[in-house]
Amino acid sequence: MTVKGVGGRLIRKEDDRYMRGRGQFIADVRLAGMKDVAFVRSPVAHAQIRGIDIPDTLRHAVFTAGDTDIKPIRAVSGLAGFKVSEQPPLATGKVRQVGELVAMCLAGTRAEAEDIAAAVSLDLEELPAVSDMLEGRKPGAPLLHESWGDNIFLETLVDADLSATARTAPIRVTREIRTARQSMAPMEGKGVVAYWDSRLEQLTVYSSTQMPHIVRTGLSGCLGLDHGRIRVIAPDVGGGFGYKGILSPEEVCVCWLAIKSGLPVRWIEDRREHLIAGTNCREHHYLITGYADRDGKLLGIDCEATVDSGAYSAYPFSACLEAAQVASILPGPYDFPAYRCKTYSVATNKCPILPYRGVARTGVCFAMELLIDAIAREAGLEPHEVRLKNLVRPEQMPFDNITKKHFDSGDYPECLRRAVAAIDLPAVRDRQKRGEPDGRLIGVGVSIFCEQAAHGTSVYSGWGIPMVPGHEQATARVTPDGGLELRVGIQSHGQGLETTLAQVAHQVLGIDPEKISVVHGDTGYTPYSTGTWGSRCMVMAGGAVTRACQEIARRAARIGAWLMQTDEAKVTVRDGMVVGPSGSVTLGEIAKVWYLRPQDLPNDADPGGLETTAGYKPVRDSGTFSYAAHATVVAVDTEIGAVEILDYVIVEDGGVLVNPMIVDGQVYGGTAQGIGTALYEEMPFDEAGQPLASTFADYLLPGPTEVPELRIIHMETPSPYTEFGVKGIGEGGAIGPPAAIANAVNDALRLLGAELCVSPMTPRRIVDAIAAVKESGARRAAGDAA
Amino acid sequence: MKPAQFDYERPSSVAEALDLLRREDLFVKVLAGGQSLGPMLNLRLVQPDLLVDITGIPELKRAEPDSDGITLGACITNADIEDGRAPDVTGGVLPAIARGIAYRAVRNRGTIGGSLSHADPSADWVSGLAALGAEAIIRGGPQGDSGRRTLPIEDYMVGVFEAALEPGEILEAVRIPRLSARARWGYYKICRKTGEFAHAIGAVLYDPERSVCRAVIGATESTPLVVADAAFLFGDRPSDNLAATYDTAAAARLLDRKGMTDPFERQVHLAALRRAVDRASLQ
Ligand SMILES: Cc1cc2nc3c(=O)[nH]c(=O)nc-3n(C[C@H](O)[C@H](O)[C@H](O)COP(=O)(O)OP(=O)(O)OC[C@H]3O[C@@H](n4cnc5c(N)ncnc54)[C@H](O)[C@@H]3O)c2cc1C
Repeated sequence: MTVKGVGGRLIRKEDDRYMRGRGQFIADVRLAGMKDVAFVRSPVAHAQIRGIDIPDTLRHAVFTAGDTDIKPIRAVSGLAGFKVSEQPPLATGKVRQVGELVAMCLAGTRAEAEDIAAAVSLDLEELPAVSDMLEGRKPGAPLLHESWGDNIFLETLVDADLSATARTAPIRVTREIRTARQSMAPMEGKGVVAYWDSRLEQLTVYSSTQMPHIVRTGLSGCLGLDHGRIRVIAPDVGGGFGYKGILSPEEVCVCWLAIKSGLPVRWIEDRREHLIAGTNCREHHYLITGYADRDGKLLGIDCEATVDSGAYSAYPFSACLEAAQVASILPGPYDFPAYRCKTYSVATNKCPILPYRGVARTGVCFAMELLIDAIAREAGLEPHEVRLKNLVRPEQMPFDNITKKHFDSGDYPECLRRAVAAIDLPAVRDRQKRGEPDGRLIGVGVSIFCEQAAHGTSVYSGWGIPMVPGHEQATARVTPDGGLELRVGIQSHGQGLETTLAQVAHQVLGIDPEKISVVHGDTGYTPYSTGTWGSRCMVMAGGAVTRACQEIARRAARIGAWLMQTDEAKVTVRDGMVVGPSGSVTLGEIAKVWYLRPQDLPNDADPGGLETTAGYKPVRDSGTFSYAAHATVVAVDTEIGAVEILDYVIVEDGGVLVNPMIVDGQVYGGTAQGIGTALYEEMPFDEAGQPLASTFADYLLPGPTEVPELRIIHMETPSPYTEFGVKGIGEGGAIGPPAAIANAVNDALRLLGAELCVSPMTPRRIVDAIAAVKESGARRAAGDAA
Repeated sequence: MKPAQFDYERPSSVAEALDLLRREDLFVKVLAGGQSLGPMLNLRLVQPDLLVDITGIPELKRAEPDSDGITLGACITNADIEDGRAPDVTGGVLPAIARGIAYRAVRNRGTIGGSLSHADPSADWVSGLAALGAEAIIRGGPQGDSGRRTLPIEDYMVGVFEAALEPGEILEAVRIPRLSARARWGYYKICRKTGEFAHAIGAVLYDPERSVCRAVIGATESTPLVVADAAFLFGDRPSDNLAATYDTAAAARLLDRKGMTDPFERQVHLAALRRAVDRASLQ
């Protein structure tokens, strides 16, 4: 019998419509009389708006901040010292980033709306821009938000006195490490279609979002409209990765205009808007020092981390999501005695930084894992040996680390050992000794990290994030023919939750997943939820579905027992049936009685019937800890700076896997993105704050030929705190690759003495790093001669 | 990202197309495969009044081999060349270059004439065809419909995104010489991912039976650097083993003359040429 419940490798239920092109995405939503919006956007990064000139003939079709009563988007961190930014959906007074919305143009088609936008001219007085976070931190930098007095959203400090460690540590390694600004680049951009339903007196909003309920709450605030007057529907969503986990200014504007005009109004983001004005993420800078013994045992870490937060605090995660996490997760999977970390979230004239798959962890893993390799080189040890000396050990589980992160379960050293074995380290070392016929240099690199997921109430309130998840709820409803409907407030956009939640329900009730439908992404149908982010859905929505189905099972058992005229204590629910001592009734028969033949029920039947909503939190809300080791072999063409990935191994422990095939898919996709971070993706800016990659010709994404065949090996250590022992695994793939690949590149360049501490490792950066070593060598030689 | 409004015509002869191009009251633009013009229209970088789609003109789709070479109509697509629908007279050079352009979907539509006329310094044909010693056949101009002139490919691209077309002219065809059986060639494109435009191109052709030794360094900031007599790159003694006498310093001096000073750019462009030479060499 094929396993259809937890652990089953079920084909995804949603794939049939996707593979046949029958999904319905935001741009497929067509409403009668619908109009299109194009935005007039700021062409400069920082300016005072002196005037907006709209030709008289077009005045009726153009809307600026002055025409609206929209309230600004505010995402206020609860952490002490946070400075509040107000993001007016349509700019007022100043513009603070290229692409900021200044006016909204309405027409019958997008092309006509763009014609109108082109006819609007802006009178802007350009101001000096902050295009670099380190410059922006300095006193005297131009100010984005004048009342602040500086450009710092927030400083945090995890303090400790490391002076003794610094004095005595045999090894001290300092690195300056930087990760580029990126774009999440989901296949589908953002988009919104809104109309006022005059029968329901309700604003109906179709939005390409990961969190319909949060968008509804945000809209309610900005538009001054009761929640009950707003329904948000996320149709099929073509990838989010965090970009669709926000309330976007465009969403607010389009909704306002739909109410104002009484017409269905839509805006579909184009790729240029997407790249320059919408999707920015990841930009970190680290000045990090590691102290260690000669045998590689870590003695302490001292770090100063800066995050380029962009111009505004985005709703709901705020400008400090990244930096606030950095301080608490930098120690990663390591156990060491002394830690200090100072962070800065700096406002710059760029678009607001948004969460992206891996959120902060990708940068943190890059910084920590490059540092570990630098320590290994200093100590003359194999990098994985240094890691094995410091990783949290299985016998320490559950383990509270130096920043009080609570590791639930796992065997981290074993995970690393398996990765090193699978990549066959001795064979690579031999190959390096032999040299390559084509002159390329071979390098091997590893990274290991943990992925805190499904973090709950205490973690989010601790980070000061304005959106704090509580209990996750699910509604389960048996249909009169014995099918099951699940209603969840999360949104599935590639995670396969229509399948995995059905598998979980099947595990409890035994109803065939074919007969289970999962309703999600609609505030009109589903319980409130913070939505899909932070690798939380399997743990949280899965847990809620389990609880709801357990309650259904109890109620069905009671009816079933009555029908079989036996004692409730003597029946069990399995395989879609209530089974008693001398017979069984199917859930279908029970449903038929409840809905269609109530006369067959006893008078004291449970009035709740076969529908229930249940809430869920894991035993602890500190999050599950998945972890993985990535190991890779690369070949570096030092003359032209090209990197080819020859082998790539991932050993991943994501707890109990509900559907291993879907987990593999998540790991593949994430790793492809991680490869992009490592080698290709970068959103550069010039000094005036102009983004320099406005099409995919300049913003390079890895394609199928750049992603090697990945070898995935699973470990399955259950979480002690969740239903079925599941853990969140949605982001790990995107966390490990930049560090593993950089370590491999640096391993290859080791003999040349060159080292890169920046992502992406572009050909120019690789060639420059090698040239810099040659130059300093030449200078030294010249100095010796003199 | 939607184009400004334009009119569209799809004539069936060159004469009709030229008629439309001569309209002085309109900004007229030729549309071939649309693979470069399409994005430019969408970004509103060009806003023509009229697009003249030339892909319905049979004369521009011809591929006529003869004993000296082949004449390829401007609307021959990259895929036509890749798949051999346009006969190859170059011992595999043309299909090899075509295969490395963009992705199949782009190659299905993109034309050889469109690529040359778009005059992107990073494009493959502006460098590849210059290495082969090909010529551009231009139709129209002051002599009207039957007017024709011929330019070496390297003179057809006069600057970044600028072809040597006068008002009322189109590129009609490309003339490509037949290589001898002894010809040796190498083409090396440096790009970061499959289907990407080149960051550096090196090309070399050595065809002693026709007394040809040409080299190209392409994908520079501007027009490719074309060396019509490249013997000096091989110590004036090119042989089947070109690599044996290849003189990197001589190639570097070419870059000096071109004004390429950035060390990284110099290094990758020299690498591209040397690797093309290696590929061309009998070793
Ligand atoms: C994703 C992508 C990747 C690409 N990668 C590469 C690559 O790796 N290498 C490469 O070389 N190219 C690449 N290209 C460009 C591609 O090869 C195009 O086919 C080519 O640049 C233009 O050809 P076209 O037929 O599409 O011309 P169009 O886009 O139709 O026209 C381009 C220009 O030429 C003019 N024009 C066209 N035909 C004529 C004519 N007969 N006479 C006069 N003017 C004319 C047009 O008016 C226009 O200005 C890529 C394109 C894309 C979209």
